[in-house]
Amino acid sequence: MTQFSLVIGIYLSALGVGAWLSKFVTSNIARIFIEVELVVALLGGTAAPVLFLAFARVGAFSLLLYSLVFAIGVFVGLEIPLLMRLLENRLSFKDIVARVLAFDYIGSLAASILFPIILVPRLGLIRTSLLFGLLNAVVGLWSTWLLNPLIKRGLTGLRIRAIVLIVLLCVGFWKANALTSLSEEGLYADDVVYATSTPYQRIVVTKGKSGFQLFLNGNLQFASADEYRYHEALVHPAMLVHANPRRVLVLGGGDGLAMREILRRPDVEAVTLVDLDPGMTELSTRFPPLADLNAHSFADPRVTVVNRDAMTWIQEVTDRFDVVIVDFPDPNSFALGKLYTTRFYGLLRARLAPGAMVAVQCTSPLFARTSYWCIIRTLEAAGFVVRPYQTAVPSFGVWGFALASLGPFEVPPAVPPGLRFLNDDALHAMFRFSEDMGPVEVEINRLDNQALVRYYEQEWKRWD
Amino acid sequence: MGLSPWTRRDLLATFLAAPVAAASCRSGAEPPPLPPGELIGPSVEVGHRLRDGFRPEPPADGWVDMPVVIVGGGVAGLSAAWRLERGGLDRFALLELEPDLGGTSRAGHSDVVAYPWGAHYIPAPLKEDRALVALLDEMGVLEGRDAHGGPVVAEQFLCRDPEERVFHRGRWYEGLYLTAGASGDDLAQFETFRAATREWVAWRDGRGRRAFGLPIASGSDDAEVTALDRLSMADWLGARGLTSERLRWYVEYACRDDYGGRLEQRSAWAGLFYFCSRVGGFDDEAQPLVTWPEGNGRLVAHLAGVAGERVRSGLAVTDVRVVGTTIEVVAYDVAADAAVGFRCDRAILATPSFLTERLVAPLRDGVGPRRDGVPYGAWMVANLHLRDRPRLRPGNFPMCWDNVLVESPSLGYVVATHQTEQDRGPTVLTYYYPLTDENARDGQQRLLSAGRDEWAEVALADLSVAHPDLRELTTRVDIMRWGHAMARPEPGTVWPPDRQRAAEPVGRVHFAHTDLSRVALFEEALYHGVRAAEEVLAASGRRVESLAL
Repeated sequence: MTQFSLVIGIYLSALGVGAWLSKFVTSNIARIFIEVELVVALLGGTAAPVLFLAFARVGAFSLLLYSLVFAIGVFVGLEIPLLMRLLENRLSFKDIVARVLAFDYIGSLAASILFPIILVPRLGLIRTSLLFGLLNAVVGLWSTWLLNPLIKRGLTGLRIRAIVLIVLLCVGFWKANALTSLSEEGLYADDVVYATSTPYQRIVVTKGKSGFQLFLNGNLQFASADEYRYHEALVHPAMLVHANPRRVLVLGGGDGLAMREILRRPDVEAVTLVDLDPGMTELSTRFPPLADLNAHSFADPRVTVVNRDAMTWIQEVTDRFDVVIVDFPDPNSFALGKLYTTRFYGLLRARLAPGAMVAVQCTSPLFARTSYWCIIRTLEAAGFVVRPYQTAVPSFGVWGFALASLGPFEVPPAVPPGLRFLNDDALHAMFRFSEDMGPVEVEINRLDNQALVRYYEQEWKRWD
Repeated sequence: MGLSPWTRRDLLATFLAAPVAAASCRSGAEPPPLPPGELIGPSVEVGHRLRDGFRPEPPADGWVDMPVVIVGGGVAGLSAAWRLERGGLDRFALLELEPDLGGTSRAGHSDVVAYPWGAHYIPAPLKEDRALVALLDEMGVLEGRDAHGGPVVAEQFLCRDPEERVFHRGRWYEGLYLTAGASGDDLAQFETFRAATREWVAWRDGRGRRAFGLPIASGSDDAEVTALDRLSMADWLGARGLTSERLRWYVEYACRDDYGGRLEQRSAWAGLFYFCSRVGGFDDEAQPLVTWPEGNGRLVAHLAGVAGERVRSGLAVTDVRVVGTTIEVVAYDVAADAAVGFRCDRAILATPSFLTERLVAPLRDGVGPRRDGVPYGAWMVANLHLRDRPRLRPGNFPMCWDNVLVESPSLGYVVATHQTEQDRGPTVLTYYYPLTDENARDGQQRLLSAGRDEWAEVALADLSVAHPDLRELTTRVDIMRWGHAMARPEPGTVWPPDRQRAAEPVGRVHFAHTDLSRVALFEEALYHGVRAAEEVLAASGRRVESLAL
C-alpha cells in the first residue's frame, strides 16, 4: 500500500517537473517531442522486464523502482506541453487545451481499464509493458511524417532510431518467456538446471557445489546432500515395526526417494505410488540426476504409479496395505490441507491390512509447532495410536513425523546395518522431544474447519 | 446472439449495471461467441391452460381407486410420501407434472459432477427438528449424537472449509462480511447487529419456545415476535441506527439469498429468522451447513427412491373435488393427451398456494381462508460448465463453495466440485440471480423477457468481472427460469391472521407446502409434508409417533 501510493505520488510530481522543464525547450520543438516520445517508449517498454530481472538481484529494489517511475514521469510530463505548443499556431488556445486534455484523460481511462482487465491477464505484465512501449515508439515514428515540415534536419536518423527501438521491443515481446525464467534464476541460490511448469505446479531443479535441490512452486522439497536423513527417518521406522511389509503405499513422494528406501527391503512385493502430478513422476523417472538419486525406483517391476488426487483415489480403491508412507507437501493450501483431515485419515484406515503401520511427514515441530501437533492430534482423533518423532535435516531444520497404527505398538530396539543415517541410537533419539517442541493445545483438523492450513500459514509467516 | 429485442449493451445495463455494460461493450468489439446450452424450465403451458379454465373429464373407464393421492412431487409431496411409507401406509400415488422430481430442489448432472438447479444446502438440524434428523439418519448422513443428544453430521457432508468469499473492487476476500477496509463504526455496528440477533436467539416465550424455530411451527407465535412481521428488515435496521453500508449489504445479501428480495421488501421477521433460527445447540454458534455437489437434489433423490414406483410423472392435476366421502382427483396425462381420475379416501395437496386455490373445488367455492394472496418471486439459475478453474491472481482468497460478488445484483455462484473434494480441473458453477422487482409480476415478466442466450450472456458478463478468463473456460451454459420460484416473505405476509387455518385440512383434503410457512425452506416443506401425512395416518387409525412436533 505504501509502495502503491508512493509510486503514484512520485509519478505525479515527476509530471510536474517535466512540465516545468518544457519551458527550457525553445527551438526544434517537433524534433524534441519525437525524441521524448522515443525515450518514453524505451523507458516505459522496458520498465517491467527490468524490474522483474532486478527484483531477485538488486538490494535497493525500491530505489530502482522509484527512480524509474520518476524518469518516466518527467518525460511524460514534457510531452503534453510540447504537444500543446506544436499546435499553438494551428488552433485557438481553448481548443488546444480542450482537445489535448480531453484525449489525455480519455486515454488514461482507456488504459486504466484495458490494463487490468484485458492486457495483464492475457499478455502478462512484461508483455503489456513492452506493448505500451511499442505503441509509444510507433506514435514517435508516425510523428516524423506528421511533423515533417517542422523538423529541419536529421529526419532519417530519427526514423532509424525509432525503427531500431520498435524492433528491439518486438524481440522483447516475442522472447518474454525467456525473460521470465531469467528473472526466476535470481530467486534461487544455485544455478537452475531444469525448470518446467505442469498444470499443477512449477518444478525447478537447481545445482550447486553440495549437490542439487528440487523446488515445487518455490518451496524446497529436498537437497541431495541431506535428503537421506529425511527419507530414512520417514520410511524405516514403519518398515521396522511391521514384521513383514509386503504391500506398501506411498502417498505423494513423486521424487521416488521414499520409494528407494522401501525397495531396499527384499520382502516388499508391491509398491503403489499415488502422486497428483505426472510431470513430477515423469521427471523422477527420466531426468538422470534425479533417477540416479532415487536408484531408478520407477523402473522397478514392483512399482505401480497412479497420477491422481489421493483424496478421490482413496475413496475408489479396495486394496489394503501393510505399510503406508504419507509424504504430501506441507499443508500450505486448502487443497493440500484436506489430505491431513480426520476425513482423509478415516478413509486411509479403511485401506489398512491388519497390523499395518503408517508414517506421516508432519512439517517442522520447531518452526510450526502448532501445525505439527495438530497433525498428531488429528491422527489420534481418527482412531490411530500415534508415536511422534523428529530429526534434524540441515536443509530444512528440525523435521517432524508421526508413526501410527490402529493398535498399540513398540518401536523396535535395533536397526539393521547398511543405512547412512539410522542406527540404534539415532532411531531412539528421534522419539524424544525437547521442551520447545513439546505438545500444545490444538484444534482437530477437519474438512469443515481446515484448522491446520490456518495454523500453518500463521506459523510460517513468522519465519519468511 | 439472437438478441431481439435486446442489444447487448441494453441487456447488460438492465440486468447488471451500466459500467459492466460499458466495459463489456467497447465500441466496435464483436460480442464474443456464446458457449452452447439450453433453456431448461418448468412446463408452463399446461399450468397456464389450467389457469385459463382447462378442466378435462376422464372417461368412465379412466378411473383408478387409490387410498391416498399426493398431488405434487416437490419436497413437500415427497416428504409426505416418505412419512406415509414410514407409517406403514404404502398404497398411495404421487402425481407430478414434471419429469424431474424435487421442484426447486432439483438437480442436474454432467460427466464431471452433479449440480443443483435451486436450493443447495441446509443448516445442520438441531435435535428439535425431529423429521429432518430422522431423514438424515436414514440417509447415513449422521454419525451419532453429541453429549447433549444433538445430531452429529459426518464430516464429508458438512460444507468443506473455506466456505465463502466475496469479490469487492477487483479482489476476493475470505468470508461474507467484508472486513477489509471496514471502519471502526462499521465493525461496531456489525457487533451491535450480532448482539441483537443473539438476544433473539436466547429469547423464550411463556411456553419456553424459541422466537425462531426450525421448523417454524416449533417456534413462538407470541405477539412480540410476530409484530416483527409488520416491519421491513430496512425499518428494523433503521430503528436501531444500523446504517453501515457494509452491514446493510450483508443483511440484504441474506434477504436476497433466502427470500429473493431487498431489505425494504422483506419482513423483519423473515430477516431475523434467517440469522437466528440456525443458531443453537449448546455452543450458541451458527449451525454448520450440510451440502452435496447437487445441493438439496441429494435429499430429493433419497425421498424419490422411497416413493419409487408410486410416483406418476407427466400428470397435471386439473381438479380435486369432494363426492360424498370420496375425493376425486382428475389429472391430465400430457403424453397420452387424455384425462385420468383417481378415487381416494384422502388427498394431500402439496402444491403451491396459487395452484391449490385453483385445483381444489371447495376452495374455489370459498371454503376456508384464501391462499392465493402469497406473492411469488422469480429467479434465474445458470449452470456454467467449465473445462478448468479460473486463474487465481496472487493476493486473492482461493475459490470457495460460495463465491459472492459485492457489486453485482446476482448472488454469485456455488462450486459443485467443492464437496467432491476435487480442487482442480473441470467443474460446474451454479449462478443465482433473483429478480428483486418491487412488484412480483414485473420480476416474472423481466425473467421471461430474456431467453437462454441473453441470460447466458448476463451470467458470463457478470462473472467475467471477477474472472477475466471465464468465457474461454466455459464450455456450456444451461439456463433455468423459475417464474414461481418461492413465496416472497414481504412485510405483513408471513403472519397473516389465518396462517394456522390455511394448513388445516378441508374435509378429507390435506395441505402440505412451504407456502404455508411463507418462507421457502427445505425444513418447512419437509415439516408440512410430514405433518399432512401424519394427519392421514392418524385418520386411517394408525398409531403415530409424530415426527412433526
